[in-house]
Amino acid sequence: MTDLTKLTLAEARKGLKNKEFSAVELTKAYIAKMDADRDLNAYVCEVPEKALAQAEKSQEKINNGTAGEMEGLPLGIKDLFCTKDIPTTACSSILKGFVPPYESTVTSKLKEAGAVFLGKLNLDEFAMGGSNETSAFGPVVNPWKKERRLVAGGSSGGSAAAVAADMCAAATGTDTGGSIRQPAAFCGVTGIKPTYGRCSRYGIIAFASSLDQAGPIAKDVRDCAIMLKTMSGYDAKDSTSANCPVPDFEKFLHQDIRGLKIGIPAEYRPEGLNSEIAALWDKGIDMLKARGAEIVSISLPHTKYALATYYIIAPAEASSNLARYDGLRYGNRINGTHLDDMYINSRTAGFGKEVKRRIMIGTYVLSAGYYDAYYLKAQKVRRLIREDFLKAFEKCDVILTPTAPTAAFPIGDKSMQENPITMWLNDIFTVSVNLAGLPAMSLPAGLNKDGLPLGLQLIGRSFDEETLFKAASALEEDINFKGMK
Amino acid sequence: MSGLILEGKTGKWEVICGVEIHCQIISKSKIFSGASTHYGSDPNQNVAFIDAGMPGMLPSLNEECVHQAVKTGLGLNAKINKYSEFSRKNYFYADLPQGYQITQFRYPIVGEGTVTISLPDGSTKDIGIERMHIEQDAGKSIHDMAPDKSFIDLNRAGVGLMEIVTKPDFRAPEEVGAFLRKLRSILRYLETCDGNMDEGSMRCDVNVSVRKLGEEGFRTRCEMKNVNSVKFVMQAIENEARRHVEVYESGGEIVQETRKFDALSGQTKPMRKKEFAHDYRYFPEPDLLPLVLDDEYINRIKSEMVELPDAKMARYVKDLGLTPYDASVICENKEVAAFYEKAAKGHDAKKVANWLMGDFFAMLNEKKLELKDSPISAENLGRLVELVTTNVINGKTAKDVFALMAETGDNPEKIVEEKGLKQVTDTGAIEAVIDEVIAANPDNVAAYRAGKTALMGWFVGQVMKASKGKANPGMVNQLLSKKLV
Amino acid sequence: MAIDNETVRRIAFLSRLKIEDDKLAATEEEFNKILHWVEDLNEVNTDNVEPLVSVNENNLTLRQDAVTDGNQVEAVLRNAPQKEYDYFVVPKVVE
Repeated sequence: MTDLTKLTLAEARKGLKNKEFSAVELTKAYIAKMDADRDLNAYVCEVPEKALAQAEKSQEKINNGTAGEMEGLPLGIKDLFCTKDIPTTACSSILKGFVPPYESTVTSKLKEAGAVFLGKLNLDEFAMGGSNETSAFGPVVNPWKKERRLVAGGSSGGSAAAVAADMCAAATGTDTGGSIRQPAAFCGVTGIKPTYGRCSRYGIIAFASSLDQAGPIAKDVRDCAIMLKTMSGYDAKDSTSANCPVPDFEKFLHQDIRGLKIGIPAEYRPEGLNSEIAALWDKGIDMLKARGAEIVSISLPHTKYALATYYIIAPAEASSNLARYDGLRYGNRINGTHLDDMYINSRTAGFGKEVKRRIMIGTYVLSAGYYDAYYLKAQKVRRLIREDFLKAFEKCDVILTPTAPTAAFPIGDKSMQENPITMWLNDIFTVSVNLAGLPAMSLPAGLNKDGLPLGLQLIGRSFDEETLFKAASALEEDINFKGMK
Repeated sequence: MSGLILEGKTGKWEVICGVEIHCQIISKSKIFSGASTHYGSDPNQNVAFIDAGMPGMLPSLNEECVHQAVKTGLGLNAKINKYSEFSRKNYFYADLPQGYQITQFRYPIVGEGTVTISLPDGSTKDIGIERMHIEQDAGKSIHDMAPDKSFIDLNRAGVGLMEIVTKPDFRAPEEVGAFLRKLRSILRYLETCDGNMDEGSMRCDVNVSVRKLGEEGFRTRCEMKNVNSVKFVMQAIENEARRHVEVYESGGEIVQETRKFDALSGQTKPMRKKEFAHDYRYFPEPDLLPLVLDDEYINRIKSEMVELPDAKMARYVKDLGLTPYDASVICENKEVAAFYEKAAKGHDAKKVANWLMGDFFAMLNEKKLELKDSPISAENLGRLVELVTTNVINGKTAKDVFALMAETGDNPEKIVEEKGLKQVTDTGAIEAVIDEVIAANPDNVAAYRAGKTALMGWFVGQVMKASKGKANPGMVNQLLSKKLV
Repeated sequence: MAIDNETVRRIAFLSRLKIEDDKLAATEEEFNKILHWVEDLNEVNTDNVEPLVSVNENNLTLRQDAVTDGNQVEAVLRNAPQKEYDYFVVPKVVE
């Protein structure tokens, strides 16, 4: 029998339907792979028994013809999604031992569709980081050039690595400033951050509420389409979720893209852009052009302010979102004589360095006397950034850019550790999209001279993931990344 | 009425005061969760996961709370803001599970308004409403169950509140007292808050400052939080104002601070100071979108408004001929007014009002009964008055009948019938009794006829006695005067 | 806007985080670097620009007033580090 873990969701779905193998066999294959690659540190909690029990149920449903859209497909879940009766930690010591008595909407939808959960995946603590190194469980090792111990990217590092290493058929991720797209690019897999409001945030541990959005990380574009469809939809429990129909994204794959207008933003080609990445980008442009798409030069003039805007707004919201971790009702508590001592002790011990840094910056930019200069200013620039995109989309249908300015870098990289800003610069191509609330996808576009994957990013109009899938599937076919591995 | 003037060593001082009232909204469920608002449940019984600030939980706004707020705003003659926005007020406290309170800051749902208060001297005064916003209540900390521990109950956490902020328009404690009673009356009419200060469903924070009579501008104010009765509020204001005068006159300065009112001593004292001042870091709540109301919605609520105490009072004075004082007493309480209107319907409205405010309230007081438990129904009270106006019984008999009604709950006609209390209005019958009395008392008759006319009262008494109180006193008077001439 | 030692201490307290005295200087320096970096935004003219509160252009939808939640004391308290008689318990709160 072929290695079942190599199958895409679409292939596994077909195989299950045709009874080529059973859901239990499929899940067992993944459990074996999880055992074999535990040194990647992709999972922080494995639930093989629950997974097998779920797989058995799925097989029954397949047998009696009541299978859901993702019946029997084994997934990894980013440990930022609350999962009922399965520990959920956001990879923070402060949530040590926390077992939610409730399920996030996205994981509920996946469960209802029949998906099997293999376990919880590693991430940067509270999704704050771009290398998965801030996790209380330690960094994830990138499956590419494993011996070199490179980062898997972040914050959804565990998700990207697990998909790349075939430790799950696909995974959930979340993206606040690039947390799906950048690790997908680093690990040579595909990930989409949908439009803000497409997926419910209910039950996802909040980092920055106005930016956070869930999405899939999967082996290819079609798998993203399958999974995103299940994950999406209006949820009355999330007031910011959008009440609009969810298209069948798979229908937009392999379509004619002649006449599709591809925007190329000048500002994404700064001086000193890595030449391999620049070349790859050009190659992508040529491929789309060859298919009859029209290449349009566009300008996103406020791009250079996106990072600063992001690093004001995201920490501000985070400082407030993380106030609830006080050791009182759940999580780790370190008592003190007074209530404030308990708060300070619990939080000081429970949060890691990067999280503390962002909480304090967020507290500062919201504090009396500084609000207007920082937070309000950032909100205004945020509007300008969004308007840049709205204007650009008058001229084009989808925008093509690189996903990240570099390939995966070594774990413990000194310059990144010493200067947080160096690490934050990784988000340079991804944060604008979150600030503007737009959908964007990263797909593997090639390997650099060291044999490491690089990604290209497609950005779409609000609630127009369809066009994104259309362009991505064309690009994916021409790039043929699978052939490069 | 002029305000409270304090005589100091250096001259006269004026008291300046404004209040902030927190009113619990009457609704079945909490403002942002589906948990019950029921008061007095077992600890943590009415708690949804969001009320406990669990990770990933999101607020969703209760439409009834918005409806109630608009209704209240209209009742305060205030501007309803079609655009309002929720904000987070960030601070750590044991009974604030999220680490922030969801409230409204820059854009409250209700703007400026006016409440007219009636003062004991019969004058009225307009108190300006600065704004009213909606927000969530905190839970409760219980400090007296153990010496070294506090216990947290989150049943109240998330119950909807309306915070009404007045302008600094008060110049005397009595004005604040009158305002609180008037506000409570309006809220109860609207059924938007039950206004029980002792149960904490209406809580008052008072801001007090003083200034020299004739001085322009305001001096530093102090705030007293959660003063829980009208009486204590008035006491707190007066004592705090006196403290300010003393401080100023002894050369000191008032520092802006929050003080605690001690009900036992009637004095205020400063709260424990923290190392750093509060800094609430308000910012727009990213989990909720702006609240936008349209004219149709507001007009519909307008059309559903009940008659409020002011309008009712004016109507009672104009249409029913009550004095403004009587009208204000009856209108303060919605149930009393409703009872009155039922009782007065078709009868002499002024007489019904006299009975209601006299014997009827005295009876309830004596029996320690609530209006709703009154043994005498509104209809029966009206019928009793009718029996008097139509001369079926006289005023004295009516008092006896009233006492029997209070005893038995029977209707007045039945009592009059059974006890044979019907007033004798038959001229012949009364004349017969008069004749007997005249015949039996020749000396007094002679004396009367000799000019001792003061004996008239004695004769009336004799006739009434002989008729067992049933004779119509007016007719007795009239016939006696004729016969004695 | 450069921040000083005292501000760092105040921000730490507002965040309920402890910074050891020997780390104050380093934190202050890092803070200033970051703030200096984000102050690039001052180059942008934002006169007459409304702050963007939400990218979601819909209005808020409201929930019907019905009791649909609660009555789950065990689940609410399950993760509590300290609880007694169905209450959360904390060190004595001094007012």
